[in-house]
Amino acid sequence: MNLKLLFSIARSLLVARWRQTLVAAIGVTFSITMFIALLGFMAGLNELLDGLVLNRTPHVRLYKELQAIERQPVAMAPEYGSSYNIVRSVKPKNDQLALRNSGNIIRALESDTRVAGMAPKIVTQAFYNAGTTDLSGVINGIDAVAENKLFRFSDYVVSGNYIDLKNVPNSIIVGKGVAGKMLAGTGDIIQLTTAKGDRFQLKVVGVFESGLAEFDNVQSYVSIATAQKMVNEPGNYLTDIQIKLKDLNQAPAVAKEFARLFDVQAIDIQAANAQFETGSFIRSLISYAVGITLLVVAGFGIYNILNMMIYEKMDSIAILKATGFSGRDVQRVFLIIALSIGLFGGLLGLLLGLGLSAIIDQIPFVTPSLPTIKTYPVSYSVHFYLIGGSFSIITTYFAGFFPAHKASRVDPVIIIRGK
Amino acid sequence: MEQSIVLAARNVTKFFHDPVDVQVLREVNLSIRQGEFVSVTGKSGCGKSTLLYILSTMDTDYQGEVLINGITMKGKKEAELALMRSKYIGFVFQFHYLLNEFSVLKNVMLPGLKLARYRPEEVEHRAYEKLKILQIEKEALKTPNQLSGGQKQRVAIARALINDPVILMGDEPTGNLDKKNSDIVFGIFAELAASYHQSLLIVTHDLEFAGRTGRIIEMEDGMIVGGQCPQG
Repeated sequence: MNLKLLFSIARSLLVARWRQTLVAAIGVTFSITMFIALLGFMAGLNELLDGLVLNRTPHVRLYKELQAIERQPVAMAPEYGSSYNIVRSVKPKNDQLALRNSGNIIRALESDTRVAGMAPKIVTQAFYNAGTTDLSGVINGIDAVAENKLFRFSDYVVSGNYIDLKNVPNSIIVGKGVAGKMLAGTGDIIQLTTAKGDRFQLKVVGVFESGLAEFDNVQSYVSIATAQKMVNEPGNYLTDIQIKLKDLNQAPAVAKEFARLFDVQAIDIQAANAQFETGSFIRSLISYAVGITLLVVAGFGIYNILNMMIYEKMDSIAILKATGFSGRDVQRVFLIIALSIGLFGGLLGLLLGLGLSAIIDQIPFVTPSLPTIKTYPVSYSVHFYLIGGSFSIITTYFAGFFPAHKASRVDPVIIIRGK
Repeated sequence: MEQSIVLAARNVTKFFHDPVDVQVLREVNLSIRQGEFVSVTGKSGCGKSTLLYILSTMDTDYQGEVLINGITMKGKKEAELALMRSKYIGFVFQFHYLLNEFSVLKNVMLPGLKLARYRPEEVEHRAYEKLKILQIEKEALKTPNQLSGGQKQRVAIARALINDPVILMGDEPTGNLDKKNSDIVFGIFAELAASYHQSLLIVTHDLEFAGRTGRIIEMEDGMIVGGQCPQG
């Protein structure tokens, strides 16, 4: 009851000075709008840049690398155990670059609950035969379906259809740079020479553009089976297994575990792309700092306007107190005024922020490095709206608190006798 | 007939400290009975207004004791005093102090809504009744700045009466009014005292006004020098 009365008094004061109220509310609205648009834009950009990496990078990659083992055979021999063994220029023996026991690894991963998905891969060298010239290249043998599911492979296929890689035998999807150099388009046949000297004729079923020219100039994709044929290896030959986890943050631990368990090399995404996290964090920090500054400035605006209102309404405050309203009631009235400005200004700000985000989302943004992006990226994460909304309330509360406290301390005797 | 004492002051003493210590009230004792129409007169600076503000509980910086309806005001917190004012005291100032943001009716209702002794509809009905007593019920839905000075002061009196106070206090309530309106306001006070047994304590320097009240308390240098009943 009491509160209802205070609300009606606050409303009358607000309406009586609606111009000032409007200015104060517009301040809040503007800052919230900018806060939302800025953060949405910045987060969209972050997501895009992170996505560039995250979409293409497995959380954990299992592979095999030729490297000198730490304990050389001579050190294992008991008769030389107490000696210093110095053997220079140790060479590896002829060994496959394949993952041993790949079938069992895949079965083990399939039953692992932490694994969201995996895609096997074969990486091998080859030469593209452009007339009499050979262009060096890298051939990736992939499972087109798994690759698309995990890494959105189809996003980067700019002509043709990625699924043809699976459906058309002896097919290839070439990098844009390769296609340009070979003057080959979808439907053409190109010839490759493998590292071992075998010649292959493959049908181009698509062209992909990753955005990294260096990558597009050498890489091409074929199916796993085609790749195995090219390296002349059996059906269990795989050089990489790419794994996506349900929880990205588990990657380092899982990588370590798999490396030990399967006796392979494993690298996690954090180790591979540490700098991206830092970049995203700094960008978010800057946007938050700017957004909060805007809100604090709006808060000072509200503080000023309420202070002015209190000086103007000194008589009214005095008479309210003389007729039975306590200091607390008066304080509440002014807090209600401040919070209504914050609430309505903030709410409108959230809506306008959403609108502005939507407008930014429509602005064309074409860049050759990002083939899938047509407009500026914007994030509509509900987090920003919650933070913006609560911040508008909190700032206006503090902006209103001090003037309201001052109003509650008005001594009616001084005001009334001063006349 | 023994009438209850609605307002009493016991040894009320007050100093102003700024810029130098000045004693404005010296051991003031006074009591007002139910239904009495009392005026306080004295020269400017004799402390009559100061006394009134202490009696109204708005000024709490004094020594001595004030009793309203037998309840001491000593040691009460600000919010409790606000409630006391709301329940027991109606106040009319020299200036009307109506809120221009509200209609006349809402202005009268505000203290009643705050006290919440009755439901809002009931408060509205009572506000109309009070306006009727003061013969300005026709202006109820106007805003205060559409009224004349005399009408505004009558609205202020209606506002003071809304919670049926045990005592109505006035600080020069006719100070800003011309002769005609002063007479109207006095007539209202006299009628309130006579017909409704309303106790009134009015500070005035208008000796003619004071002379027509039930009892004159004369003050000089912060002391009561005379408080006898006048003749006629």
